[in-house]
Amino acid sequence: MTDRSSPKEPNRRPPIAVLVAAIIAVAVLALPLVGLLQRTPWSTLGTRLGETATLEALRVSVVVSLLAAAVSVVLGLPLAWVLARLTFRGRALVRAVVLLPMVLPPVVGGIALFFALGRKGLVGRALQDWFGVDTLIGTTAGAVIAAAFVSMPFFVITAEAGLRQLDTRLESAASTLGAGRWTVLRRITLPLLAPSLAAGATLSWARALGEFGATITFAGNHPGRTRTLPLAIAQANEAGQPEAAIAMSVLLIGVSLLILIGLRHRWIAPRTSQPDTSSETSPS
Amino acid sequence: MSIQAEIHAATGGFAIHAAFDAPTGSCTAIVGPNGAGKTTLVHALAGLIPLRQGKIVLAGQVVEDPAQGIQTPPDRRPIALHSQHNLLFPHLSVVDNVAFGPRCAGLAARPARQRAEEWLSRVGLADLAGLRPAQLSGGQAQRVGLARAAACQPAVLLLDESLASLDAETRTDVRHLLADIEATRVLITHDPVETRVLADQLLVMEKGEIVQTGTPEEVAGDPRTPWTAGLLDINLLTGTASGTQVALHSGVVLTTATPMTGPVLVTFSPAAVTLSTVEPHTSARNTWEAEVARIQPESDRVRVLLGAPVPCQAWVTPQAVGELALSAGSRCWAALKATELTVREA
Repeated sequence: MTDRSSPKEPNRRPPIAVLVAAIIAVAVLALPLVGLLQRTPWSTLGTRLGETATLEALRVSVVVSLLAAAVSVVLGLPLAWVLARLTFRGRALVRAVVLLPMVLPPVVGGIALFFALGRKGLVGRALQDWFGVDTLIGTTAGAVIAAAFVSMPFFVITAEAGLRQLDTRLESAASTLGAGRWTVLRRITLPLLAPSLAAGATLSWARALGEFGATITFAGNHPGRTRTLPLAIAQANEAGQPEAAIAMSVLLIGVSLLILIGLRHRWIAPRTSQPDTSSETSPS
Repeated sequence: MSIQAEIHAATGGFAIHAAFDAPTGSCTAIVGPNGAGKTTLVHALAGLIPLRQGKIVLAGQVVEDPAQGIQTPPDRRPIALHSQHNLLFPHLSVVDNVAFGPRCAGLAARPARQRAEEWLSRVGLADLAGLRPAQLSGGQAQRVGLARAAACQPAVLLLDESLASLDAETRTDVRHLLADIEATRVLITHDPVETRVLADQLLVMEKGEIVQTGTPEEVAGDPRTPWTAGLLDINLLTGTASGTQVALHSGVVLTTATPMTGPVLVTFSPAAVTLSTVEPHTSARNTWEAEVARIQPESDRVRVLLGAPVPCQAWVTPQAVGELALSAGSRCWAALKATELTVREA
């Protein structure tokens, strides 16, 4: 049983059982996609994607997901900073609440949002009384809120991890050189954090792009306002138009794959060393 | 800018208690074993660690005083710090690192860059301006870090082992640079030569407290702790070399084994000096008649401080003091082998 082979050994054969299990796992994940691609009407794909309803859903998806990502960054960055840098009672609880949407079924989130922000909801009534906001339900703003609800945690955990890895001595050094808090934040903290922020923002955008449950439950399914690509796909599928559903699905898969491939170093297989400060740049 | 400091501070359960004054433009060297609290002391001066008690006064202005509730943040203190870890900003080029301080002081991009380039050439690194910190060697990074702190043109410059990883040649250049800087300097060092050449005042720290203060000569002549003695037990003379001859300022010429030209530092151990009552006829290249300035018995040896014309120390046994009838004001002959002398560029 004593295996003394060094970890450097290049061709260590994995046990057969592990290989088989891994291949089955890939099959489970990939086969549905293969099935979809095999049924894809490639010849008419162009025209299908050019249809008004599809383009409209794509537009809503892009607007909603980008706005949700922006909300995640603007609100999530201060939150990540608080979680990473401050010690306070109940921090573990706050973090758990913040990350809850990652594990919660989105439909639960949608229902929760409905009871909080709906016309008779806790905050919804206040919004109406104080700001004259009639209702968020059925509006693009509502869809953005639903998408931000499920996607912000992805940004927060990525940014918090980045902040924790940051060498705070660099910030101290900047302050001894005469940099005030804002200058330190702007010229040292944020630039050093940039790779984490980019990864977190992209992840939360990707999550928002695929959002379905919370959106349809809270914001509803209104063409041009809240009907994003995932909602349009479900709609087409239920309405007996599988080819339209497939075409839009292929579009969504393509976009998502591009994002994940772009992120492969940042999140999926993060490098162990500090984010690129190394030999990538050459003297000018 | 003068410094008056009384510092009671703590980091990670380790407390320091230290008080010292430094006049405007002076250089104070802090020496002490590792873990003595030297870095904690300069961090407290810089404002990176809050005082628990005490006061920091710069040029008559209270910068920090917990009793009055005054705590000026690091960026508002006229102090720049060069840390032993350099802490260069990895995302900025070398020149932008050095220009960081001037930019924070409100200088526009172009003049800030100009000043940074000036300082880079003063530390001999003008041609590395476009590199990233990750591309520098340890010694280069140290010089960039030093240039970055100096480019702030601070009234007080704190240097935490700023010359530690430099090779002998650049070390001399940088030492000259530090000697020329107008700022009031506080420097942590482990190098006896640096201490003797740069410092007007020496603070010896051990276990979080200052155990001895004085000029380097005073402390070297009467080290209060074994650690201090170990660090400073070295004779240092300055003179002008011409081949293997070094003319001291007193006019005495010493013979060395290393040919050099120009201003030099000559160092040798107190153990290398032998004393006798009559002019010795030995193989030693250097002999002179000396006046005994002071005699100081220590546990197992006697430290004899010689005055003109070659001020230095010699260690002898207690028996030798009796045999040679040494006492303050008496005269004796000193001998020193040329091969015992270390000569380096001043």
